[in-house]
Parts: sequence; structure tokens; C-alpha cells
Amino acid sequence: MKFEGEHLLPGQIGQFFVILSLMAAFVATISYFNAARNNIFLEKNNWIKTGRVAFYIQTFSVFAVFATIMYICANHLFEYMYAYKHTSLELEYKYLLACIWEGQEGSFLLWAIWHGVLGIILTKKSNEWEAPVMSVISIAQFFLMLMILGVYIGNLKIGNSPFTLTRNEIQAPIFSRSNYLTFIKDGVGLNVLLRNYWMVIHPPILFLGFAATIVPFAYAYAGIQTKRYADWINPALPWALMCAAVLGVGIMMGGKWAYESLNFGGYWAWDPVENASLVPWLLLVAGLHTMVIFKATGHSLRASYLFAFLTFIFILYSTFLTRTGILGDTSVHAFTETGEGIAFTLFKHLFEFKYMNVLIFLYLTSFTIPSLFLYFKHYRKIPAIQKEENTNTREFWMFIGSLVLFLTSIFIIAKTSVPVFNKIFNTKIAPPEDVEFGYNKIVVLITTILGLLTALTQYLKYKNSNTKVFFKSILLPTIISVVIFIVLIIFYPFTHYKHGAGFLGAIYVAAFASIYSAVANAMYIFSIQKGKILNAGSPIAHAGFMLMIVGMLISSANKEVISNSSSNGITLPGGGIDPMTKQADNPTENLTLLRQVPATLGDYRVTFLNDSAGKENGKKFYHLAFENKKNKDNFLLKPDVYLMKGGNMSSNPDTKSYLLKDVFTYVSFAVNKKDEPEDTTKFKEIPMSFGDTAFYSNGIMVLDTVINNPTDARANTGIVPQLALVAKLKIIAKDSMHFYANPILTLIDSNTIKHIDDTVYAQNLFVSFLGVDKDKKILVGIKEANKLIDYVTVKAYIFPMINLVWLGLVIMAAGIVISMLQRGNFTKLQTRIVLIATVAFVFYMFLLAGA
Amino acid sequence: MCFPLFIELPLQKYYEMKRTHIIILVGIAALIVGLISFGSDFSTYETIVSAQKKIGKSVHIIAKLDKDQPLEYDAIKNPNYLSFYAVDSLGGKTKVVFHNSKPTDLERSERLVMKGKMQADHFECSDILLKCPSKYKNKEDLQKKMQEQTTSMR
Repeated sequence: MKFEGEHLLPGQIGQFFVILSLMAAFVATISYFNAARNNIFLEKNNWIKTGRVAFYIQTFSVFAVFATIMYICANHLFEYMYAYKHTSLELEYKYLLACIWEGQEGSFLLWAIWHGVLGIILTKKSNEWEAPVMSVISIAQFFLMLMILGVYIGNLKIGNSPFTLTRNEIQAPIFSRSNYLTFIKDGVGLNVLLRNYWMVIHPPILFLGFAATIVPFAYAYAGIQTKRYADWINPALPWALMCAAVLGVGIMMGGKWAYESLNFGGYWAWDPVENASLVPWLLLVAGLHTMVIFKATGHSLRASYLFAFLTFIFILYSTFLTRTGILGDTSVHAFTETGEGIAFTLFKHLFEFKYMNVLIFLYLTSFTIPSLFLYFKHYRKIPAIQKEENTNTREFWMFIGSLVLFLTSIFIIAKTSVPVFNKIFNTKIAPPEDVEFGYNKIVVLITTILGLLTALTQYLKYKNSNTKVFFKSILLPTIISVVIFIVLIIFYPFTHYKHGAGFLGAIYVAAFASIYSAVANAMYIFSIQKGKILNAGSPIAHAGFMLMIVGMLISSANKEVISNSSSNGITLPGGGIDPMTKQADNPTENLTLLRQVPATLGDYRVTFLNDSAGKENGKKFYHLAFENKKNKDNFLLKPDVYLMKGGNMSSNPDTKSYLLKDVFTYVSFAVNKKDEPEDTTKFKEIPMSFGDTAFYSNGIMVLDTVINNPTDARANTGIVPQLALVAKLKIIAKDSMHFYANPILTLIDSNTIKHIDDTVYAQNLFVSFLGVDKDKKILVGIKEANKLIDYVTVKAYIFPMINLVWLGLVIMAAGIVISMLQRGNFTKLQTRIVLIATVAFVFYMFLLAGA
Repeated sequence: MCFPLFIELPLQKYYEMKRTHIIILVGIAALIVGLISFGSDFSTYETIVSAQKKIGKSVHIIAKLDKDQPLEYDAIKNPNYLSFYAVDSLGGKTKVVFHNSKPTDLERSERLVMKGKMQADHFECSDILLKCPSKYKNKEDLQKKMQEQTTSMR
């Protein structure tokens, strides 16, 4: 059958470039691999040239594929599954890119694009390392292209093509008609949870971080392949630093996004998706340190190899965890679609030809097994200094630090992988009752160790330190940190009693250690490095990291629930009383706000004023007026709820940011108005003159006056009416509370009358201006609902000092970038430009964009 | 110093302790801490019937909302009290009490993963994870959607 209106050309072009790209990646891999193994100069050079051309074609093709998908999505060509699945007509143009990487194919493509860009830079800059390094990157590109190939070999399907046609993918009766496209009015569109500017910026940054981890891996492989076991560290180190900065910022962007627009009430939840990107970062940072040790002293080369390999291996393992659906029930924000199924047994799943999962598993194993095999095979040949470091040296304690990071990452990934163990061994271990505490109680100890290590090690020297000088220079930072810590304890004690005195104590110890490290590193910049910022990458990065930790400790330990019902004098059943805090053990964090009835939330008087519709259909903002009882500081927060088709709801918080704290609130329960039965009671008609009094069940109302005010905002619904009569009524309840109601009668033209009613929610009272009777009396209609009319249930928190987290991150990123620029031998001008651009970007994203 | 030999020898070793030893010690310490945290933390997946045999113990239950039984939630009376009945695939039934707000898609969910402790007459739930039919854009949903689109055109 010939189908009408289909645009098949873009798909054919796209598919052509997918295949071309796969072939080119294959050619590049073979050429570079041969080049690396060939010692005859001329032949080697020829292979390199072939590889280079193939890689350029490959990268060009990846861009072409991306551009084709963009074209299909931008033009809403719903004959393509990708456009049908991920775009919709009402979607704003700025989310076009977000649509592309919402899908699995798009995110693999994004990854491949970054590999391509990094690869091209490497063909220019890696000199004699080009052949082995590029052979690794080319083979990774080959695997990524397999994922989006979508070709059948016999019954075996390889990859998911982004260019499949809707009519081939799903079955529906319309596809039996040649004009089926006229029936597809709109696509499914971007998941509403993802309609956020972070969805545009976060994935590219995070994927650049992911993609860049292959470079240290490739260099480590090159070290073994060329048998120049020690020479790869120098060129690889700036790359590793770049990667640490980008991946670190990318991870925290995810946190900031979650904090701004998800309702789990924080920026970090130890969610599998988060852990999966944190673990490679920890390994990378461990590797960075061992590489620096090697450059300074010749120690730790073997560890550097291992960490460089493991970082990328764990990037792949993370992909495996988050993309195959193996985590099943444990992740709260596995946004992007997962392969095919949900629950399955690992191997059963693999052998049932869930083809995508098989491919991802292959991608993982084809990098893991050979790299670890080579590592252990060449282990003895990798040079190592037999004499051990002294304990008074910097390299010794740096190594311990790397080891701690390594163990931390193993701890986190082991805990995250429990669903995988369950599937392999058919066990049924469930996550602990309080998942976050399960991590926090360990991580708080690790923080202490890292704090002390980074504070003290900075003041040690490589090879041998003078103990006296060390103690002398560390004295002042120690005193200052102790003072700051004491001030903190006295004026701003931690109130995290929830997990007992032991944990509280651990938080204090960790807070001291991280303050100590932040102070010691900050002072090191001035006391030892004489304020030369461009040489001080390491202390800046460490001070920033530890400042971030301080911010995390304070903002989580002193996070205050202000929507706690008990703080409003309402006693509720459920949960015992904690003897230490005298608070309910199981804090009840939801508070229902009746419309127009103020409630107390901590220091604030909060009133739910009204709601308003958002730009997108189904989005509703709840206007909550916050009034600080102490300093009369007033502000309006508008958390919103997005009602999706089929009654699905998503809730997005709103935050008021101060320098020292954030007030954070979101809707935890709201009534879907459509579900409520229509109120069918009629208005009771009461004729009134000015000054007359009328009764309602709970008090009286007085008609003050009627004014003609066509400019009243409520009367103006698109057209300014000819006449708008506003009746001013005062309502006095039995408990002598006063309210006002201003119903309106408008005359839009000579024969259209419109009533705009007013509601006194606190009294369940509707008031309407029905008209004027023949005695010139005003007809006021009143209606009393027997049910409370409008309310919203919210949770509200105060996060203190959260800006320290973001500020610390900015400083850390700046520090790592400085180190990278220094190690990469950039000119002073380049250094300044890159540094200023990075800091401006990260500062803007984290501290200005959301506010 | 005059220590008896059996103390002196290990002490000597202590002074000679070098990098590898410290590393091993740090590793062992980390391992112990990790194991303790693992062992004490993890809960288990249970059926409703098996959970009822472990009263007061923290468990995970995978079940479905029993739509024939009343669901009680009145945000005005108490926004922190939700109760409903759950059934699991083996037919076990229990009342569930959740001291929190009602998850919005509860009625539509296909499956509930509930953390909490079984009490004598109900399951005291501390967290609910919902599995909803259309959270993922899987093929079946798209197919259904497309079919709806078609029938509406006729």
C-alpha cells in the first residue's frame, strides 16, 4: 500500500549515516589498531592516516544523524516513531534538544557526539599516542553505533534505530488506511517531569563527563600497548582533570535539578541513578591523586592504571544498571525509558534476546575483560619503587586518601547493586527502611577521614617533610578551625536528633574535619603559595570540595520541617514520642491549608490565596502567601501541580532563596477538581438596599455600596465591558471575624450579561450579584456549601546554608580547572579565558539561574 | 624497655609497620564497617502472609491496592493519615496505614512496593513506591493510545 503524506527521505538519510558511521568506526578501529602494532614508520603512518579519515567520517556521520533526528522532531514528522514518542505540537521550541535525549537512542547519540569531539581533539594533540588511544575511542564509537543500528540479521535485531516508522512499530487499525497520518493529530510529547531548563543543559554536561572518562582509560591502555609503561601519565593527567571538573559539575547539576523541581525534598537521595554517576567520579578522583603522586615521586603507577581502567568500566557498569531496567523498583527517578521489561532474571533476560540489554552487556564486558586482563598480565612489568614511602610524606597520605575514595566507591556501588545480586542469586534482599541513612552513616565517617587527610596532607612535602615546619605551619589553621567550630556549636548547633546521639556526634566530628580542611586549604593558598591563584589549583579545589561538604552537613542536619502539624498545636495520632526531641518519632510533614485561612508554619503565617493556570494545559500553580511574623518579610511561593492525561499528577516545588537559607515548599496532595461532584445548589436571592443586613447560617452580611468600575481586573476577561457593577459587601461571622465579598455584574454589550461571583472560602460562602429588581433593590445571591471548598496539602522545609553547597562546587570546579590548565601547559591568556568562562558558567547555573 | 618477649615482638612489628600494613588495616577497618552496615541494614521482600509472621520487623511488601475495600484519606481532617487495603499475588490481605499524604496515582497504580512494619491489625507503612502503567513510554501504552485515537476518529 502507498501511504499518503509520509516523508521517508529524512529517515533514509539518517539510516544511511548510521550505517556509514558504524562502518567508519569499524575501519577506524582496525586502522588505528594496526597502526599501533606496526613499527615500520611508513606503514604506521599510512594506517594512522586511514584511521584519521575514517574517524572524521564517523564523527561527521554522527552529527548528520543527530541533525536528521532534530529535523524530524522539529517538524513533528509523526510518521517516525521517535517524533511521535518524544515530541508534541504544543511543546516549546527550547525543549527540542530535550526531546532528543529523552529517548535512549538520543542519549547514546549524545555520548557518541562527545566521543567524536574528544577524538578529533586527540587526533590533533595526542601526537605519538594517537594510534592506541584512538583505537580505543573508535571501538567505543562502534559499540555506540550498534545500539542505534536497528538492523535485523536473521531473527536477531541489533540496536534500536531512531528512524523506525510509527506504523512498523505499533499496531493499530488506522495503519490499514493509506491516509493514516491525518489521524495522528499529535505526538506523546516530552514527559512533563522533564520540561525544565535543566533537561536542556544537564544531559550534555553529564554526558561530556561520561564520554571524557574514556580518555584516561585509552591512555592507560596505550601505556601497556606501547610498553612505555610510565609515559602516558603526563598527557593523560590534564584530561583526567578536565573530566573530574565536568563530571563533578554534571552530577551536582542533577542534584540542583532534583532540588528545584522534584519533590523528594533535597538535592541528593542516594538514588541508584545518582550513585551510578558518583562512583566513577570517586574512582576518577582517586586516580587523579595517584597520577599526581607518580609524577612527583614515581610511586603509585600501578594504582593509576587500575583507577584509570576502573573509572571507565564503572561508567559502563552504570550505563548497564540504569539502562537495562535491572534496578526495577528501586529508582525514584529513572526518567529515561528502560530497555523493554521491568523485572527479569539477569541471565534469563540476556538469553531471551532482549537485544538492547545484550548489546549494553557486550559493551560493558568488551572493555572490562580485556583491560583487566592486560592489567594483570603486565602487572609485574609496570615499574614500581620497591622502597616504601615514609609516613611523613605527602605521597603516603595522598595514597591513603585515594584508597579511601576507592573503598567508598566500592561500598556505594555494592549497595546500589543489590538488585543485581538479587537477580543473579535469586535472593530477595530489600533496601533498608531508611535508604539515605544507610549511606549517610558510613559516608559521614568517610567525610571525617577525608577532611583530616586533605587538611594535613596539603602541608606535607613530597619525599620528606620537616616535622617541625609542618607543625608550625599547621598550627594557625588548626586554631582558626577550632574557633569557627566552637562558634558553630554555640550559635548554630545541629538539631538532627532523628538517628540518635551517636550519629549527631558523628555529624559534629565530620563538620569539624571539613571546616578544618576548608580553612587549612584556603590558608595554604596564601601562606605557602603566596596568593598565586594560578598555581593553587589543588588547595582551591580541596577548599571548595570541603566547603561543599560543610554546606551539605549543615543543610541536611538542620533541615527544618515547618509544615509539621505538631508545630501548629494540632496533636495527631501515630508515632511514639522521641524522648530526646520531645517530638513525634514519625514526624508528620503534611499540612492542609484551607483557602484564605492562614496557618502557622514555623516563623511564617501562610495563606493559600488562590490558584492559577500555567502555560501548559493541566498545570496549576498554588499561590501561597508567606508572611514572616518577626520581620514582616512577605513573599509569594507558587508550587505547581501538573495534571497529566489519565489523572497522573506531578508536583514541582517552589523555593524562596535567601543568602543563608532557602524556604522550600511543594504540594503533596491536591484535589483534582474534575473528580468532585458539581455543586448544584441554587443561589438564594436576597433583595438589599445599601446598609441592609442579611443573614446566613454563620453570621450576617451588610451591603455597603455598589460602584461602577469597568477597570476591575476580574471584570476584564479579554474585552473591557461597558459596565461593571461591583457590590461591596462586608461579612461578619459569629466569631466576629470580618470578610469582604465583591461580586460583579458586567454588561459586555447590550444583550450579554455576565456574573462574576465571589467566594469567602473561610465561611464556605458564595456571593453573587444577580441583578436589580423593580424596586431598585440590589439582588444579592448567596449560596452556602456544606463542604469545605478549596484546600491544598503542602510540605514545607527550610534548608539552611544551602548556598554553601553551590558555592563550594563553583570553587572546586575552578580549582580543578586551574590544575588542568597548569598541567596541560596552557598559556596564561588561555588559562585566564578558560577559567573565567568556567567560573562564570558554573556560578550562573548554580547560584543565579534558578533564583 | 623490659617487656616480656611475647609483648616485645609484636611491638617491634608495630614500629616497623609500613605502608602495606596500614593499607591492609584501613581496608579491613573499612570492610568491617561496611559489613556491619550491610548486615544490620537490609530488609527483605516478604509476602503479606510471611510478613504477618514477623510482626514489628522492617520488611518490604509488593502488593496491589484492593479496590473493593474503602480507601480512607481526608486531607482536611488529617493530611497525614491514609489507610487502604492491599492484596498480594498470593492472596494475602492486609490493612495499610501510611502516615503521610496520599500518593497521587495510588488508585491507578498497578503495583505497590511498600516499606514498613507489620502490626497486629495493619501494616504500618513508612514509604510507598508506585508502579504506574504509563510512567514509561512502553510499546503497549503507545499501542493503546494509538488505538484509542483511531476509534475516536470513526
